[in-house]
Amino acid sequence: MRRTGIFYAQLGLTILLCLFIVIPIVMSALAGVTVNVFQGLSSGLTLRWIFEVWDLYASSIFLSLWLAVACLFVTLIAGVPLAYVLVRKPGRATRLFEELLTLPVAIPGLALALALLITYGGVSGYRSSWLFILTGHVLFTLPFMVRSVAAVMSAMDMKTLEEGAASLGAGFWRRFFTVIVPNAKPGILAGALMVVTLSVGEFNLTWMLHTPLTKTLPVGLADAYASMRLEIGSAYTLIFFVLIMPLLIAMQILANRGSKPARTTATAEDK
Amino acid sequence: MSIDLDLKEGRSRPSLLSSFMTPRAAAASPAILSILLIPGLVIVAAFFLIPIARVAFEVGNGPEGWATYLLILTNGRYLESLIQTLAMSAGVTVMALILCAIVGLFLVRNRFAGRSILIGTLTLPLSFPGTVVGFMVIMLAGRQGVIGGLTDAAFGSKLVFAYDIAGLFIGYLYFSIPRVILAVMASAEKLDVQLEEAARSLGASRFRVICDVILPGLMPGLISSGAICFATAMGAFGTAFTLATDIDVLPMVIYTEFTRNANIPVAAALSIVLGLITWACLAAVRSFTGEGKNIAVRGGA
Repeated sequence: MRRTGIFYAQLGLTILLCLFIVIPIVMSALAGVTVNVFQGLSSGLTLRWIFEVWDLYASSIFLSLWLAVACLFVTLIAGVPLAYVLVRKPGRATRLFEELLTLPVAIPGLALALALLITYGGVSGYRSSWLFILTGHVLFTLPFMVRSVAAVMSAMDMKTLEEGAASLGAGFWRRFFTVIVPNAKPGILAGALMVVTLSVGEFNLTWMLHTPLTKTLPVGLADAYASMRLEIGSAYTLIFFVLIMPLLIAMQILANRGSKPARTTATAEDK
Repeated sequence: MSIDLDLKEGRSRPSLLSSFMTPRAAAASPAILSILLIPGLVIVAAFFLIPIARVAFEVGNGPEGWATYLLILTNGRYLESLIQTLAMSAGVTVMALILCAIVGLFLVRNRFAGRSILIGTLTLPLSFPGTVVGFMVIMLAGRQGVIGGLTDAAFGSKLVFAYDIAGLFIGYLYFSIPRVILAVMASAEKLDVQLEEAARSLGASRFRVICDVILPGLMPGLISSGAICFATAMGAFGTAFTLATDIDVLPMVIYTEFTRNANIPVAAALSIVLGLITWACLAAVRSFTGEGKNIAVRGGA
């Protein structure tokens, strides 16, 4: 392939855009392990800030992880059957319900949180527990699980699979758990990754729903940015990256694997 | 309808074996289907429909009654923040679309070493919370930021713009790029290269090919990702919150009305209006382009 000037101009813009994304990440990672940011790297490297963040915010980090797992659990139980019904019974009512289900993603988290606060803010035991935050997270992440699972389910020939299983005498629940769920696994896995990543990073809703005793990781981040030294904020961001990067990379690998066949046919056409 | 079909098939093959194998046996009964629906229905009804309805009616209980909904148009401060938020989101959307159309097309059309790393990098911040994006802006353009350091070395004065509207713009662009680039790349992969070759062989210049062939092909993807980008920017809260700017974007106004002024009816009315704008924007585009399956790019922020 001939490389023209336009190729290099576009490559330049792409690299510039990448630098725009990456430089702040690298800067913050470095600041998190620098003795004194105002003097720069020459002041030496240290893990002191990481330990300090751990002392201050370990409980927030664990709460976030716990919330993500709980959120995954609820979205699996509610979302996989829901996706099955949406795919198996297409129609006007299903479409309407799907639209309703996706609405919490379309409207700002702040508005959702306000609605939850006004309605359930008075229920004291519930308001002050982590379950209140979980409610918000489930509302926000459930559509992602449903869409992801439904996409895989509508691509596989569910009817034939089910008929086959039924002809061998399998009842509905047996078909559901031994035929449908295993076949929908790629979608469930992708949805699960999405749910966990979104839950760990969710701020808009969580900031409104949290109490001093139920701080999550992103709430702690906002707190650290507002009131702590730049080094502590950076070190905390570094911890966040370490947690979230593997999830993001796993998501990308999964997405790549899914679109591989499409891509190879595209390149074949190119030739 | 499906039951009808099942019956017909059953009749045309009356043998014992085939009646045992009819699709009917495979269809879940309505009772089972409704059991499957219950958890999702309960969640949506109890934690979304009822609360939203309550908020919408809560507004009527305020001192101004239902007129609170009109405050956003009649009160100078709210109107100004609405206009500012709209302008900001539109500006970020246009900027992100231009950058991502060029870069996305480039990444789809060319194969070179390091390509997947570039794609990975550009989509990395997809689910960064708004607060982290705000902090990234501080790292870039804050008092200790890279840009300040560079301008200090070059011109002897620090360029710091993280805490005003330019900083907010940069932050919104930061979280918009991954969303838009994924959508642009998806629709660029579907473009028919042969159309471009045909146009070129007919003597069209590069510019004409871009305007008449490539852009129209990308348009549905650009419109839908633009809508997603716009809606996300309208509702983004964490970035403005971290930068603690004095710029009144609508989510910040809602937040201060609710927490600092305890002005719940106004906060509720503004939230409902903001929610309606973002939802209408996404719904309109979806009915226009006919695609709506790709909510994966909506993500956090």
